[in-house]
Amino acid sequence: MLDHPDMTRLIFGRLTWDAIPLHEPILLWTFIAVAIGGVAVVGLITYNRLWGYLWREWFTSIDHKKIGIMYMVLGLIMLLRGFSDAVMMRLQQAISFGHSVGYLPPHHYDQVFTAHGVIMIFFVAMPLITGLMNFVVPLQIGARDVAFPFLNNFSFWMSTGGAILVMMSLFVGEFARTGWLAYPPLSGIAQSPDVGVDYYIWALQIAGVGTLLSGINLLVTIVKMRAPGMNLMKMPIFTWTALCTNVLIVAAFPVLTAVLALLALDRYVGTNFFTYELGGNAMMYVNLIWIWGHPEVYILVLPAFGVFSEVTSTFSGKRLFGYTSMVYATVVITVLSYLVWLHHFFTMGSGASVNSFFGITTMIISIPTGAKVFNWLFTMYRGRIRFDVPMLWTLGFMVTFVIGGMTGVMLAVPPADFSLHNSLFLIAHFHNVIIGGVLFGLFAGINYWFPKATGFRLDPFWGKCAFWFWLVGFWVAFTPLYVLGLMGVTRRLSHFEDSSLQIWFQIAAFGAFLILLGIICMIVQLVVSIRRREELRDLTGDPWHGRTLEWSTSSPPPAYNFAFTPQIHDADAWWQMKQKGYRRPLQGFLAIHMPKNTGAGIILAGLSTVLGFALIWQMWLLVVVAFVVLLAVAIGHTFNYDRDYHIPADEVARVEALRTEQLASHV
Amino acid sequence: MSLKPLRGLLPIALASLAGCSTVLMSPSGDVALQQRNLIINALVLMLIIIVPVIALTLFFAWRYRASAKARYAPEWDHSVMLELLIWSAPLLIIIALGALTWVSTHKLDPYRSLDRISAGRPIAADVKPLEVDVVALDWKWLFIYPEQGIATINEMAAPVDRPIEFKITSSTMMNSFFVPALAGQIYAMPGMETQLHAVMNKPGQFEGFSANYSGAGFSYMRFVFRSMSADEFDQWVAQARQSTDKLDRTSYTALAKPSTNDPVRRYASVAPGLYNAILNLCAEPNRQCVSDMARMDSMRQSGKPSDEHRTDAPGGAQ
Repeated sequence: MLDHPDMTRLIFGRLTWDAIPLHEPILLWTFIAVAIGGVAVVGLITYNRLWGYLWREWFTSIDHKKIGIMYMVLGLIMLLRGFSDAVMMRLQQAISFGHSVGYLPPHHYDQVFTAHGVIMIFFVAMPLITGLMNFVVPLQIGARDVAFPFLNNFSFWMSTGGAILVMMSLFVGEFARTGWLAYPPLSGIAQSPDVGVDYYIWALQIAGVGTLLSGINLLVTIVKMRAPGMNLMKMPIFTWTALCTNVLIVAAFPVLTAVLALLALDRYVGTNFFTYELGGNAMMYVNLIWIWGHPEVYILVLPAFGVFSEVTSTFSGKRLFGYTSMVYATVVITVLSYLVWLHHFFTMGSGASVNSFFGITTMIISIPTGAKVFNWLFTMYRGRIRFDVPMLWTLGFMVTFVIGGMTGVMLAVPPADFSLHNSLFLIAHFHNVIIGGVLFGLFAGINYWFPKATGFRLDPFWGKCAFWFWLVGFWVAFTPLYVLGLMGVTRRLSHFEDSSLQIWFQIAAFGAFLILLGIICMIVQLVVSIRRREELRDLTGDPWHGRTLEWSTSSPPPAYNFAFTPQIHDADAWWQMKQKGYRRPLQGFLAIHMPKNTGAGIILAGLSTVLGFALIWQMWLLVVVAFVVLLAVAIGHTFNYDRDYHIPADEVARVEALRTEQLASHV
Repeated sequence: MSLKPLRGLLPIALASLAGCSTVLMSPSGDVALQQRNLIINALVLMLIIIVPVIALTLFFAWRYRASAKARYAPEWDHSVMLELLIWSAPLLIIIALGALTWVSTHKLDPYRSLDRISAGRPIAADVKPLEVDVVALDWKWLFIYPEQGIATINEMAAPVDRPIEFKITSSTMMNSFFVPALAGQIYAMPGMETQLHAVMNKPGQFEGFSANYSGAGFSYMRFVFRSMSADEFDQWVAQARQSTDKLDRTSYTALAKPSTNDPVRRYASVAPGLYNAILNLCAEPNRQCVSDMARMDSMRQSGKPSDEHRTDAPGGAQ
C-alpha cells in the first residue's frame, strides 16, 4: 500500500470509474429503477416531513417492538432482492441450452447465485427470525424490553449496514463469484483478485457483529428477565426455541467471524491459512465454515418450529401436546447440531468411519424432529381447528417439511451422498426445508403476530391466495430439481448441453413464477390491510384467542408492554388467566422506568459501514479516519449518562384508561 | 383441502416416473448401482414414517376442523403411551438406517479396493486394476494412464468389467470428479490426492463432469467416459500413442492455463513424474515442490543444535 504514495490512490484506493457497471445493461436499468424508486421514497418522506418522526420514533428507538418491526422490514425488502436473483437464475437455466448461452454470462450468473444464497440466509432469514424473536420474546416472558436495549438498536443497524454493503456491490464494483460460502482457493486472492470477495467478507463481518450481539442480548433477556413464576418449564415454547437459537448464535457466530478474519488475512496481508503452498489447507476453511454453517441451519429453523407450536396450539384451541418432550427435543437438536457439520463434505475423502459417524449423528437429529411433528399432530387431535392464515401455513409446512426431512436423511447416508452431493437434488432438499420450514414458519408468524404489532389483522383473503401460490409454486419449482438431481445434474451451472433436461427447468421456472404471484399477493395483502385497517382492527388485544402473555396486553402494546408485571402459574399463562377469570387492574399505577432512545447505534453502524466500504476498496486514508471516529464515538457514548427516564404514573393511567375504553367498545 | 393428498405424493410419484430413466436410478457401474439401491432402501425405510404422518396430518386437519364439532379435549396434552410411540418409532427406523449406513459406508468407501465386478462376480486373482491419474485443470480434465504411458484431455476410456483405480488431484481449484453412471463423486483438490475405485459393467459413452463449482468455466468442464471391450481399449491406447503431441513440462504449463471448451486431445507420452509434480504443486517451472519444502522444513528443524526433535526428526536422515 505504501508503494503508491500518490493521493488519488490513498483516497480512492482501488475505486475508479470502471467499477461502475455502465456497460452492463441489466445492472444499469436496475440501478435506474432503484434510483428512481429511492428518490421517490426520499421525496415522499421529505414532502410529508417525516424525517424527524422516523429519526425520533424509529431509527433511534430502543423499543424492542419497533426494532423487531424494523428487522422485519429489512428482511422483507431483502427478500425481494434475493427473489429477483432466484428468478434470474431460473430464467437463465430455462433458456441456456446448446447454442444458446442465455442472457447471463458466467461472470454475472456466478455473482447472482452467490448473492442469492448470501442474501437469503444472512439478510432475509436472519433478520426475519431475529425480528420475530425481538418482537415476541419480551412480550411472551412479561418483560418491558430486552436486557440491553441500546445494544439491540446497534445490532439492528449493524445488520442493516451489512445489507447495504451487499446492495452497493450491485452498482459499485461487483459481488463475489464463489458460491455463498466462498470456499478457498476460489475465494483466495490469486483466483478472485477483485473486490467481490471483499464485499462478502466485510458485509458478513459487520452483520455478524449485529447478529452476535443480538444473540447475547436475547439470551440474557430470556435467562434474567422472565416474569415472576415463569420457571424454565413454564416458558412459552416459542421462547424456548428462541433461547436455544440464541445459544447457538452465541456459540456459532464467533467461528464465522474467525474464519472470515483468517480469509481476510490471506487476502490482505498474504498469510497462508487456506492456500496450499506454505502448509495451509483449504479444507480447514471448509471445516470451520460448516462448524458455523450447520448450527446456522438450526438457528433459522428452531424459532420457526416455535411459531408452529404456538400456532397449532392456538388454532386448535388446545394445550400443546407433550410440552416437556417438545422442550427436550429442542434442546437435543441444539446439542446435536454441533455434531454433524462434516456431512456437508463426505466427498472430500474422509475415512469410512468418520463419514459413518457424521452420517449417523445427522440421522439421529431426525428423531427429535420427528417427535416434534408428532407432537403437532397430536395437538390437532381432538382440537377445534380454525383454518386462519397462520394455521394454513402450519399445515402446508407439516406436509412439505417432512418430505424435505426425508430427502435430508437420504443425503445423510454417505454413499448415497456421493451420488447426490452438490446435485440439484441437494438444492431441492434444502429449499424444501428452508422454504417449507423457515419461510413458511416466518409467514405463519407474521400473519399471527401482525395484529399484535400494528393493532389490525392482515387481510385473510389475500393471505390465503399468497399461501396457495407459495405452496403450489414451491412444489412446481422444486420437484423438477429433485428429478434433475437424479439425472445427475449438478448445481451452479449456467449452461447445459443436454436438451432433454430443458423441460424440467422450464417447469421449475413456471414454479418460480407462481411463487412470484405469491409474493405479489403478499404485497397486495399488506396494502389492502392498511387501507382496510379500521375493519380489521383488533380492539381486544387477543384476536386469535391466544394462550401466551403477549395476547394479554393491547394491540399494539404500550411502550412499557405491561402496566404491572404479571405473575405466572402456567406455560399457557394467558389462557390460564382467562380461565381463572382474570381482571385487568384499573388503578394503582406506578411510574415505569424505561430506557431512553439514542442515535449512537445508527451512527456507530453507519461508521462501521463506511469503514467496511473503505476496507473493500482499500481506501486507507478513509479506513484510518473511519476507525478513529468509530472509536471516538463509541467512547463518547459511554459518557452519555442520560440513558433512562420514567413514564409518569399519570401517563400510564391515561394509556390504560384508553385501553379500558377500547375493550368496552368491543363488547 | 381435497388437493392436499395429491400435493404430498406428487414429488414421489413424479420422481418415480422420471426415476426409471435417470442416470442415478439406472446406472451402468456396480458401485453406482449399489449406491442406487441404498438410496431406494433409505427412501422406503423413511416412507414407513412419512406416509402415515402426511396422511394423519390431513386426516386430523379435516376430522377436527372447528365446524365438524368433533370430540374436543382442550386440556388433554399428555399420554405416556403416545410419547413412547412417537419417540421410539423414528428411533427404530434410525437404528435400522444407521446400521445400513455403517455397513454400506465401509463397503462403498471410495478408497477401498473393489472385491467384485458386479453382484455374484468376484474379481479374478490375476486381474490388475486399471490405474488412471486424474487432474482437474481450469477448466478441463487431464487423464494420465501411467501403465500405458499416455494422457488425454476431456476423454477417458476403460475396458468393461475391469476395476479402475483413480488417483485424483487438481491444479488450482477445488473440483469434484463425477461420472454418475460409474460411481459417486469425490473431490479433486490441489496439493491433495483423493482416490476412487470403480468398475463399469456396460459398454457405451457416459458423461463425466466437475460437480463442484470452480469458477467461470465450470459449466463447460465436461468429459466423455468411454467404456469398451478390452480389444477396443487396446486400439484406443494405440491410437493415442500415434498422436504427435507429447505431454512434457512445457506443454503441461501451456495446458494448465485457464481455458474452456477444449476439444478432446491425446498425448502419445507423458513426462515421468508429471502427476506427482502436479500433486506437489511444482509441475510448472520455478516452483518448489511441497514435498521438498516439507522435507527441508524438517531438516532445518533437525539442524538446530539445541532442538529437542534432533534425533527423531524423520527427514533428518536424508
